[in-house]
Amino acid sequence: MLFALAAGLCLLAPQTEPVTVYENAVIYPVSGPKIERGVLVIRGNKIESVGAAGSVTIPADAKRVDLNGKVLIPGLVDTHSHVGGGDGADESSPIQPDAKVWEGIDVQNPDFIRAAAGGLTTINIMPGSGHLMSGQTLYAKNRKARTVEDLFILGENGWIYGGLKMANGTNPIGTPPFPGTRSKSAALIRQKFQEAKDYQKKWKDWEVKKEGEAPDRDPGLDAMVEALEGKRIVQHHTHRADDILAVLRLKQEFGLKVVLQHVSEGILVADEIAKTNTPCSIIVLDAPGGKLEAVNYSSETGRVLERQGVNVAIHTDDGITESRLFLRSAAYAVRGGMTESGALRALTLSGAEMLGLEKRVGSLEPGKDADFVVLSGSPFATRTRVLQTFVEGALRFDFNDPKMRVYAVGGPGAGHAVEPYLCCKGGN
Amino acid sequence: MITLFAALAILAPTPAAETLAIRAEILHTQEGAPIKNGVVLIEDGKIKAVGTADQVTIPTGTRVLRAAVVTPGLIDARSTLGLTGIYNQQGHDQDQQDNGGAVQPELRAMDAYNPREALISYVRSYGITTVNTGHAAGSLMSGQTFVVKLHGRTPDADLVKSPSFVLATLGPGSLGRGPGTRAKQLSELRDIFRGAQRAAKAGTAKGQKADALQLVITKKIPLLVTAYTAQDIASALRLKKEFGFDMVLDGGAEATTMAAELKAAKVPVFIHPLMQRPYGEAQNVSYETPAKLQKLGISFAFTSGFEGYVPKVRVVLMEAAVAVANGLSDADALNGLTLGAAKLLGIEKRTGSLAVGKDADIALFDGDPFEYTSHCTATVIDGKVLWEGKR
Repeated sequence: MLFALAAGLCLLAPQTEPVTVYENAVIYPVSGPKIERGVLVIRGNKIESVGAAGSVTIPADAKRVDLNGKVLIPGLVDTHSHVGGGDGADESSPIQPDAKVWEGIDVQNPDFIRAAAGGLTTINIMPGSGHLMSGQTLYAKNRKARTVEDLFILGENGWIYGGLKMANGTNPIGTPPFPGTRSKSAALIRQKFQEAKDYQKKWKDWEVKKEGEAPDRDPGLDAMVEALEGKRIVQHHTHRADDILAVLRLKQEFGLKVVLQHVSEGILVADEIAKTNTPCSIIVLDAPGGKLEAVNYSSETGRVLERQGVNVAIHTDDGITESRLFLRSAAYAVRGGMTESGALRALTLSGAEMLGLEKRVGSLEPGKDADFVVLSGSPFATRTRVLQTFVEGALRFDFNDPKMRVYAVGGPGAGHAVEPYLCCKGGN
Repeated sequence: MITLFAALAILAPTPAAETLAIRAEILHTQEGAPIKNGVVLIEDGKIKAVGTADQVTIPTGTRVLRAAVVTPGLIDARSTLGLTGIYNQQGHDQDQQDNGGAVQPELRAMDAYNPREALISYVRSYGITTVNTGHAAGSLMSGQTFVVKLHGRTPDADLVKSPSFVLATLGPGSLGRGPGTRAKQLSELRDIFRGAQRAAKAGTAKGQKADALQLVITKKIPLLVTAYTAQDIASALRLKKEFGFDMVLDGGAEATTMAAELKAAKVPVFIHPLMQRPYGEAQNVSYETPAKLQKLGISFAFTSGFEGYVPKVRVVLMEAAVAVANGLSDADALNGLTLGAAKLLGIEKRTGSLAVGKDADIALFDGDPFEYTSHCTATVIDGKVLWEGKR
């Protein structure tokens, strides 16, 4: 009887997704100016509309949530993180494009809920920087997950969104087969990209002629061909000014889409970065040093690059900095002279652009994923708290739920005994 | 030639007193309620007058610094600053841990402190004027700490107090360097302090190591014990009970779960950096620990601790800001960075508050010091302006 009734209701009711309206909020859409008394309409897992009170049509069947003047911002996009303990390349060689970080990610790791407590909804999870090429990264949606597949963002033909992690400078240098000098690093990587180009041509030729047997598939070279075609963005760890220039040369030589990651000495070559229109994902630290390449770290990197017209994102590099304090990283960039609007964009839309996901995430615009964060106050104020984080319309973190609150503030039950990634092959 | 110098000395007039005045929209003296439109008058490195602009007359010709908010110079209660340098290169600028033995209480901090280390001027630009710094918590007894003003001259010229503490570390932080289990750690420390007790009674203490232990066992200075877990904190308190020395707890990730015991034993806490990562023995660190300790009536001070990688130093002001964002009042946070810290270090007669006769150690800010987007605009140590800018 119950079954029949339910089935009947299903047939009668139109197949609509639930609609929720968040009103009376200060909204920073990032794609447009701040809205003082804003309304955000969510249908299912997408944003239906956003605007000032009175200017937005509120569907009759909507559930209405009064935010009482709280602040709404897009879900934060972290362009460089190591949450979830994922790994990539091993010690066998310096170039391993076949290694996929997601095959080592533990979704049960409390890193993910802590990241949600910091407002992070999209996270580029990277393998380490101890290799010239340490593998394929994962652009993860911070959904509540049972398996790693639950984190995937899928493109056409089931393509799993992710980048290609590369590094130069100190970290990949070691004993053979690892390079011993910077020249050797550049030579090895050039040779590998040339190999990928040859492989690409071999396949293209075969697809045209279809003569004989198809060439052997090489999953690592396939990923590098995706990079050559601009589909897979190269996420390139680099600190020192000369190393940054080496990346710019590689970018030009092979026509790669590259994001410079960390960019500690970026202010010394800001002109060159700007001229080549290369986006920068920077880390914001409390102090310089700790490794030779970070001695000239500057708190003004964000300000200088922004002023030069460079697209700037900010990342956590979690566990170097803490995902829960991601908003603080941007506030600290503001302390260093970056504009507030630039710093908020650096946590959201700029990051989305650097992952090639700007059509889906990074701002509050109709048609985009319903990823958003409710804050208790202005985004960069010390005393502002992340109250709620939504991923695709679903509540992912709620500060007022004691079970989740402990992950935001810490204390017994929140931590775990696993040492986070700091750097490189097997530690520092 | 000598006569000439002597003659010049006689001829030259006595130099005028070196003066400086600071005007503050809000002046936190830590000796009473904040003063609106306050003035601090400084003469020859000491505070000559403090009060409202109406009460304190600034002599004509005095250099005047202005700021929205002015506080006493900030104090970092536990650091390895000056021993651990920006380059992080063993054998070059990492002097926080000697591996020659697990028990080396004789290692003095001022013998390893590099006053010209780049990170010293860096933290000074955040208003930090005084630091209790020394060896890291890496072995059972790794050495000592001392208290130093951040002038960056010489350890001797900048000295406030040496030694300030002898160090001990319990739990995983020192396992493997010397004792291999917790029971063995306690057993060895017991042997060490029994020996020191006997030597004290017999008057036979001899040598640097024994001298350092005598300072603790005769209660001249406290033992600073680094312990993170409730279990290791309990062990520290057991030792204190057995030997009766003074003790301060360092780290204290689980201090709130041992609150009653810490309070009964009158052991204050140098709380771990709030942004310390939550793993290993520190897996239960909490942003709320300072707020809870305050509520429980346990004295504490903020620290920058030790960093082994990037960033190489923490800024104690920014660690306190995280506590403010998590329930600690501004006043209590400022106390833990100034007078409260000075009292726990036993240097409150010289610094930690703005009062007549005290050292002129002062921090100037262009807004609320705990706001991430505010800046420290000047730092004054002993009346000298050692930082001016916008950090």
